[in-house]
Amino acid sequence: MTVESTAASKPRRSSKRTGATAAKSASSATSASSAKRAGKQPQQEPQPGTSEPQLVQLLTPEGERVEHPEYNVDLSADELKGLYRDMVLTRRFDAEATALQRQGELGLWASLLGQEAAQIGSGRALRDDDYVFPTYREHGVAWCRGVDPTNLLGMFRGVNHGGWDPNSNNFHLYTIVIGSQTLHATGYAMGVAKDGADSAVIAYFGDGASSQGDVAESFTFSAVYNAPVVFFCQNNQWAISEPTERQTRVPLYQRAQGFGFPGVRVDGNDVLACLAVTRSALERARRGEGPTLVEAFTYRMGAHTTSDDPTKYRHDDERAAWEAKDPILRLRTYLEREVLGENEAEAFFTALEEESDVLAKRVREVVRAMPDPDHMAIFENVYADGHALVDEERAQFAAYQASFATELDSGSAAGPAQEGK
Amino acid sequence: MAAEKMSLAKALNESLRKALDTDPKVLIMGEDVGKLGGVFRITDGLQKDFGEGRVIDTPLAESGIVGTAIGLALRGYRPVVEIQFDGFVFPAYDQIVTQLAKMHARALGKIKLPVVVRIPYGGGIGAVEHHSESPEALFAHVSGLKVVSPSNASDGYWMLQQAIQSDDPVIFFEPKRRYWDKAEVDTEAIPDPLHAARTVRTGTDLTLAAYGPMVKVCLEAAAAAEEEGKSLEVLDLRSMSPIDFDAVQKSVEKTRRLVVVHEAPVFYGSGAEIAARITERCFYHLEAPVLRVGGFHAPYPPARLEEEYLPGLDRVLDAVDRSLAY
Ligand SMILES: Cc1ncc(C[n+]2csc(CCOP(=O)(O)OP(=O)(O)O)c2C)c(N)n1
Repeated sequence: MTVESTAASKPRRSSKRTGATAAKSASSATSASSAKRAGKQPQQEPQPGTSEPQLVQLLTPEGERVEHPEYNVDLSADELKGLYRDMVLTRRFDAEATALQRQGELGLWASLLGQEAAQIGSGRALRDDDYVFPTYREHGVAWCRGVDPTNLLGMFRGVNHGGWDPNSNNFHLYTIVIGSQTLHATGYAMGVAKDGADSAVIAYFGDGASSQGDVAESFTFSAVYNAPVVFFCQNNQWAISEPTERQTRVPLYQRAQGFGFPGVRVDGNDVLACLAVTRSALERARRGEGPTLVEAFTYRMGAHTTSDDPTKYRHDDERAAWEAKDPILRLRTYLEREVLGENEAEAFFTALEEESDVLAKRVREVVRAMPDPDHMAIFENVYADGHALVDEERAQFAAYQASFATELDSGSAAGPAQEGK
Repeated sequence: MAAEKMSLAKALNESLRKALDTDPKVLIMGEDVGKLGGVFRITDGLQKDFGEGRVIDTPLAESGIVGTAIGLALRGYRPVVEIQFDGFVFPAYDQIVTQLAKMHARALGKIKLPVVVRIPYGGGIGAVEHHSESPEALFAHVSGLKVVSPSNASDGYWMLQQAIQSDDPVIFFEPKRRYWDKAEVDTEAIPDPLHAARTVRTGTDLTLAAYGPMVKVCLEAAAAAEEEGKSLEVLDLRSMSPIDFDAVQKSVEKTRRLVVVHEAPVFYGSGAEIAARITERCFYHLEAPVLRVGGFHAPYPPARLEEEYLPGLDRVLDAVDRSLAY
């Protein structure tokens, strides 16, 4: 077992150690089926002597369709156009939100720029009855779930802490404390299994999150209870300023082995591969075969959030290299070259451009019109069954607020009355 | 360098620099503290000057950060760890409360745990959830920990070095909305002891006791009250565990009225502890019950409501009026 040379600044020492642990854990995998799956993994290995990790890929950066022995998708032209549309609209929405932050309409924004394929590919692999546990950057997944994108903005504008009913789209609230939601996803999946349902659960998290104890614990629980959950790690190479090497010395997907379930690394900028791999992992979960870790190898093209300054820790040429692997561009090339006729292509792209403009305009308008919450909202929904102290504080606060109103009222009432005299 | 005007953020940075410089056992650890210099830039430039062995970018794992800091301390180092925001200390809460706080006692005093946990805390910067909380009472309630919070650049400079020199674990709360406020810092002065309260304004009618971000609000309230002919004394407590009750008592014996102000929820908050102790110590001096101003028993609200939630001038003055009306 080799370790990518890029993943370790002291490759000799860490490769020796990780080799030993991985071999041990593979042989002690909990179930025969996962051991078998784990056994299949050598095809995922980086080739000796190369630093380029082997990824499941179905669409190259040049926009060429390639085959993979284990994963495939057979999509109609309309389905391909649909994926393209999803990615373009998501990117446009994201760009609009970034602009709105710059204009002071949002307090903060976490851009997904560059991660569209990972999110749309995995998001479109889901069935309606599956349940999603996102972190805070899953705008593309939310889109696939039918969450109105403007609902995502309330939290970033500072008018609420969530903004949607998780159960109406089976899309849980964004989670800011890193890694927490992976345990919720696992517990939810344990419930799904108890209920005898055949839906699956997917948990999103980042490469940084993979360091959290909660994530390790969710791996343990999901493996031990054979929970129907897919762990979808978007390895966008950075956790704010810290590169993936600061979180792990083995490729992340390989971690799953040690917990007794399969891990697979997919080209996160290839929407088709993300779709195929996620679909397969979800089906495995539905069949009762337990969790899978999918590592979508991708890149955060923008800043971590609008408060971040990536020039402090990374070089422009890195972004340039990843721009050549742009998820949207490669599907466009493929559509133009292989799927759509020239006229059809032009009409499709033009119509989509117009649709993007309409979306952007709507997002702008809705955000600008978003009212500030009422003062008393502070006391709303603190408890489901109520709480005497909250009632008391609510009443005190209302009286306090009213005291200002009376002062103002009596002031303004005095004015006209005097004029009348 | 003697006296210089600088922001709290800069003062903390200078303080860490000084600590790294004077004691080779001091280490800085945390997420993004290296190249980025921390999300608030408190550790800016330190890795460049002291190297990756002294200023350590850690994996994204708070329990890991504090747990390994404990191990390093056991080995003779003095780790200063940074928690990125208040709401993210909780993955480390177990390590802090069950291990860091208790080990000295369990080892019959034979081992020391000189770990400083720096936590930017409090609201007022328009952030999303988990970025504006004031969990100090949760730590002050735990024996074995010391809990302090500077309110200005000078205290930031001195108190951080004192915390690092302390052989006990210190939870060092930094009022993030004061990071950019500037004050005179005399780097050659003789500082007050770490746990001593300080009178930052003298008065005769009522005592306002506060710490961290609320000291400034209380000073503004006192200035406003002066225009109405009321003379308020303002105490900067500086330390929440231990609390300098002697200083509070002395002030209350003079003014006979006390209002405690903090951002954290009032319910079970540090104000409750102060009110109880001062009532006990000053029962015959008090002209009014000790009043508290602080947050509600509700989650810290979304940014657009934080001005309503945070104690401001009006809410402090309202409590002052109520106290004086007794
Ligand atoms: C427990 C916790 N610690 C720290 C933070 C601050 N923080 C927010 S995002 C982030 C980096 C996350 O990186 P990664 O998991 O790779 O996800 P990405 O943002 O790259 O998608 C950090 C440190 C947090 N939100 N929660």
